[in-house]
Amino acid sequence: MIDTIQAWFQRLYETTGLNFTVFYDAYDWNRYVGGLRMTLLLGVTTILASLAIGAVGALLQSSPSRLLRGLVNGFVVAFRNTPPLVQIFFFYFGIGTLLPAARTADGLRAPILDNVQWAIVSLSLFAGAFNVEIFRSGIEAVPKTTVEAAEALGYTRLKAYRHVVLPLALRVCLPALNNNLINLLKTTTLAYAIAVPETLYAVKQIWSESQNVLEMMLVLLATYAVLVGALVWIMHRWERALRIPGYGR
Amino acid sequence: MTDPAMNGRPAGGGPPGEGGHPGDLPVLLPSALSRTGPETRLRPAHAWLLCGLAAVALPAWAQAGSGASSPLEVVIRWAPLLLTGFAFNVAISLMAMLLGTLAGTGLGIAMLAEGPVLRRLAWTVTQVFRNVPWLVLLFFVMFLVPFQVTVLGVRVPLPDWVKATFGFALPVMANVAEIVRGAVRSVPTTQWEAAESLAFTRRQILWRIILPQCAKRMLPPWMNVYALIAMATVQASIVGVTEMLTLTAQVHAAEGGRPELFAPLYGFALLCFFLYCYPIDRLTARLERRFETR
Repeated sequence: MIDTIQAWFQRLYETTGLNFTVFYDAYDWNRYVGGLRMTLLLGVTTILASLAIGAVGALLQSSPSRLLRGLVNGFVVAFRNTPPLVQIFFFYFGIGTLLPAARTADGLRAPILDNVQWAIVSLSLFAGAFNVEIFRSGIEAVPKTTVEAAEALGYTRLKAYRHVVLPLALRVCLPALNNNLINLLKTTTLAYAIAVPETLYAVKQIWSESQNVLEMMLVLLATYAVLVGALVWIMHRWERALRIPGYGR
Repeated sequence: MTDPAMNGRPAGGGPPGEGGHPGDLPVLLPSALSRTGPETRLRPAHAWLLCGLAAVALPAWAQAGSGASSPLEVVIRWAPLLLTGFAFNVAISLMAMLLGTLAGTGLGIAMLAEGPVLRRLAWTVTQVFRNVPWLVLLFFVMFLVPFQVTVLGVRVPLPDWVKATFGFALPVMANVAEIVRGAVRSVPTTQWEAAESLAFTRRQILWRIILPQCAKRMLPPWMNVYALIAMATVQASIVGVTEMLTLTAQVHAAEGGRPELFAPLYGFALLCFFLYCYPIDRLTARLERRFETR
């Protein structure tokens, strides 16, 4: 099976000159799969972390403390209105070099967080800032009477938030959340700039060595079309599964 | 451009009781309510942002030895160069927005066409350019568009920043197309029917009746797209266009590559983009609110 695929792409190269090295060269294939795995790792971790940041931020935004509210607002405003690429550079180069670092046995600098971890941190914060706003709009859409009913049943503020408000708010803001998470998956390509070996980075390496820019570009476009398509499909399934009976349609 | 956050603030920002006599009940005070508007909530935010920046910059400053100049001096000395780079970013974003809006309006109208072939083709193009990461599109244009084209025997050179502008115009086109389609869809069908009964042709209906009504609806999302593209222009530095981020890296190297300079220099870039995009963001939110109530 694999042999036939490899032979087919080899023949494609010999007959048409379209050189898809990834599909017959084991070395390039491994690099490509490694990049794909890194993109998936980035995507899954940043989506989960940004959801957590959004939920906590939205909770803090309704807290009685003015200081906390101001902090969350400042975070949201600052991260929404600055370029994510500069944020990544600021965190990785700026903060990363200020933090104390250990030395390896060879005397090399071993920072606390490596480039992959910094990419995850800064991308999560970037998407988390958007999620805070999205969740807040969802929470505002939950009727006040529902919260009061929960309070009357003896829920504490935190418990009411977790069991009553958040599940309802999540359903209200899912369309906006879909958009943001898809955007986040696309933004993971920016990790390329700090040499995180994700799909774009791997594909760039392959095309600079094998001189097949057009073919690898097509592979790259197809890869992201499939990745984004898969995420859209999953989110739509989720949206349908979470649908509140009796609303819409 | 004026900062819209300034306008919502009442003139007297002093303590409550300023407008009335001492001893007045709180209900008698004139402007107590207007101070809790949504615009004012961002005042502490500014302070926090600056505190955060200072918290990062100050240790760096303290680390700087007596021989080398402090990070603040470095930033001030190179600010003119860096601001030139920023102006270039703004120029690229404006041109990309212009091109993308023109192409996107056409594409959006094509998505509403009666013929199924044109409609489906336009829909496919829109979906592809919307769902591919912007950086990938940028790579696509930078690597696959030649560095010069020959039009009617005249060689036209395409410098890298022109190609980058095209690269940014593609996602703008797809997003604007979606905005146009959504706005046209939001006009009541009765408008179409009324125009048809007055014997307007389809083209006349679209240009004279439907699109003028859409313009107002399209403004806030269109400005949103602009803010996004303005922030995305820094990605051009990855593909080798000399703009603000490239210059920042060069300035850092020119100052001896001291690691404590990274945070102030990139912080300055963040600040520039924040000061440019934040007013746009507030204005968008205000327009959205205003059009919503009507």
